[in-house]
Amino acid sequence: MTVSQTSFGSHEPVLDVKNLTVKYIGDTRSTTAVDDVSFSIGAGEVFGLAGESGCGKSTIANSIMRLLKNPANIAAGSISFGGKDVLAMSQDELRRFRWQDVAMVFQSAMNSLNPVLTIGEQMADIFTTHAGYSRKESLRRAARLLELVRIDPGRLKSYPHQLSGGMRQRAVIAMAVALKPSLLILDEPTTALDVVVQQEIMAQIKDLQRELGFSVLFITHDMSLMVELSHRMAVMYGGRIVETAKAHDIYTTPMHPYTQALMGAFPPLTGPRIALEGLPEGVKFQNIPDLAEVTPGHYVAPFDADAEAAVFEGAAQ
Amino acid sequence: MSHAVHSPTRPDVSAQTPALEVRGLGKSFHIGGLFSSQAVRALHRVDLTIGRGEIVALVGESGSGKSTLARCVARLEKPSEGAILLDGVDVLKRDRFQASRTFRSQLQMVFQDPFGSLNPAHRIEHFLRRSLAIHGKGGSGHGSEEQTRGRLEELMTTVGLQADMLDSHPHELSGGQRQRVAIARALAVEPQVILADEPTSMLDVSVRIGVLNLMRKLRDKQGISMLYITHDLASARYLADRTAVMFAGEIVEEGESLDLLANPAHPYTQLLVSAVPDPARAGSYDPVHRAKLRQAVMASTTCAFENDPDQRCSAEEPVRHHVGDPLNRHWVRCHLYRPSAGAGGHALATEPLPEPQPAD
Repeated sequence: MTVSQTSFGSHEPVLDVKNLTVKYIGDTRSTTAVDDVSFSIGAGEVFGLAGESGCGKSTIANSIMRLLKNPANIAAGSISFGGKDVLAMSQDELRRFRWQDVAMVFQSAMNSLNPVLTIGEQMADIFTTHAGYSRKESLRRAARLLELVRIDPGRLKSYPHQLSGGMRQRAVIAMAVALKPSLLILDEPTTALDVVVQQEIMAQIKDLQRELGFSVLFITHDMSLMVELSHRMAVMYGGRIVETAKAHDIYTTPMHPYTQALMGAFPPLTGPRIALEGLPEGVKFQNIPDLAEVTPGHYVAPFDADAEAAVFEGAAQ
Repeated sequence: MSHAVHSPTRPDVSAQTPALEVRGLGKSFHIGGLFSSQAVRALHRVDLTIGRGEIVALVGESGSGKSTLARCVARLEKPSEGAILLDGVDVLKRDRFQASRTFRSQLQMVFQDPFGSLNPAHRIEHFLRRSLAIHGKGGSGHGSEEQTRGRLEELMTTVGLQADMLDSHPHELSGGQRQRVAIARALAVEPQVILADEPTSMLDVSVRIGVLNLMRKLRDKQGISMLYITHDLASARYLADRTAVMFAGEIVEEGESLDLLANPAHPYTQLLVSAVPDPARAGSYDPVHRAKLRQAVMASTTCAFENDPDQRCSAEEPVRHHVGDPLNRHWVRCHLYRPSAGAGGHALATEPLPEPQPAD
């Protein structure tokens, strides 16, 4: 797959993933979780990765951070970050790479705080460990970070259980951007939160991104949220990317039947009540071919329209 | 894909006894130690009516009390006060200590987690057969084995599953299929009312619509009334005839779903509606407006109907103001009313506010 994709901001991509294949090796059989996936993220760009549970989106995030453990195995492909080969990094290099270059906010990040340490101690830890500041200076910087996400710096003395879920999630995001990484990976950052809190956190991430200029890899299954936040996005199914384009193009003209089904799965908040179908139970796409450019910047995996329609009909019976 | 616009049918509810009526329901939970007299008020004076063949959605955020309401109505919790009328009969008076089998055969629940609500050790057939047997709907002693088998297969077809899945174990089924089994299990009893507590929130996004469509089909074909509890406003709008908004244990607004979401009158509803991600209005987030709404929700000082001579405001009584066309049955609680135990424990209270609020 040789797809040169336009990116926002600079021409030099911050992250370049090429032909990545990840397998989970079992005793009797192995599963290909990510199958020959390529994409790149430009400086200051928000790139979305959408798809349902089990499609491989989190596996991609973990491969970029080199967090995969046995039985997962990167079988092929390359990941390069700012020209450096991530897959060839030594443990020492990885230690610098993580958090300083790429930071990640996990799905249930608000539960990843240590319950027996105060927020301040945990935040100061980042600076003392990774940047070598004194404890006093670290605490001062931690307070500034909390202000950045609009939490009262007095909360440095609080324990995680004394904060609400939204505040904890905000604190975790503040910690992620503490060392000004050039790429922030957000893996379903707001799934566990209520809509009002979710919207505020997303707005805050947008503000931080504008202020600090990092790139974002944003992973979610919520298409509406993704279209709102991302510049460009890719839709994954069964370890393959089935469609990638500017987020707005995917929203207005989804081309692959799976993308259309995903888009059709979210009832609108305005307009007349229209019957939606979603993805009929039992529909499977198999042997998804490589992407082809349909219109400039809009790549879709070719599919047989008639055959797909037949599958949909059959499953809907 | 876009065909058949669902016309908002308005069943003439007033003429008949409603399928389910909740009157002044309250529930307090005791907190603290053995000698503590502290209590958290989860529900306060909730009135809710579900007409025959009507789907009512109950929306609100985590901690607003919507699941407590469902658990009280299903009699999994004992309400502190109020009445629950099923088919016009006060079930709290009829079966005082626990729910009777009659009650269970009238009202069934579908839970959020289809992975936890089906015993992994049994085949699908077991769950449905048990429902039939316990409630005497074609189980042993009531009709032949052949009839029972026929009924099981019919149930599976109704919920859109293959009859041969009766021999499968739950782990062989996808989340969507399991939730369909849970619905079939509720249906086996032939209930009048189904309480569905977030039935789609744990399912993959692409199969959620299928489950919602199934619920609508059951209403249309079998006239089952439903209480659909969700935090997803868009799905409430998609499925429910009417929507009620719950905030801090009280219903603050209610009306025809389309009208309610198009013209939300309560600041909390406005806050919820404006927070739903919608690419059609991307970039409309306005922190100043947001702060005002928050302020209005947490500390009410004005009511939009203050200068309306026909609709008197009250700070002591929860007065209902009518919004727009009476046909839409859309009302909002007077916003001057301040419940004695405020919403201090609500999630919104711990977020930054223009004015300092007591946190936790």
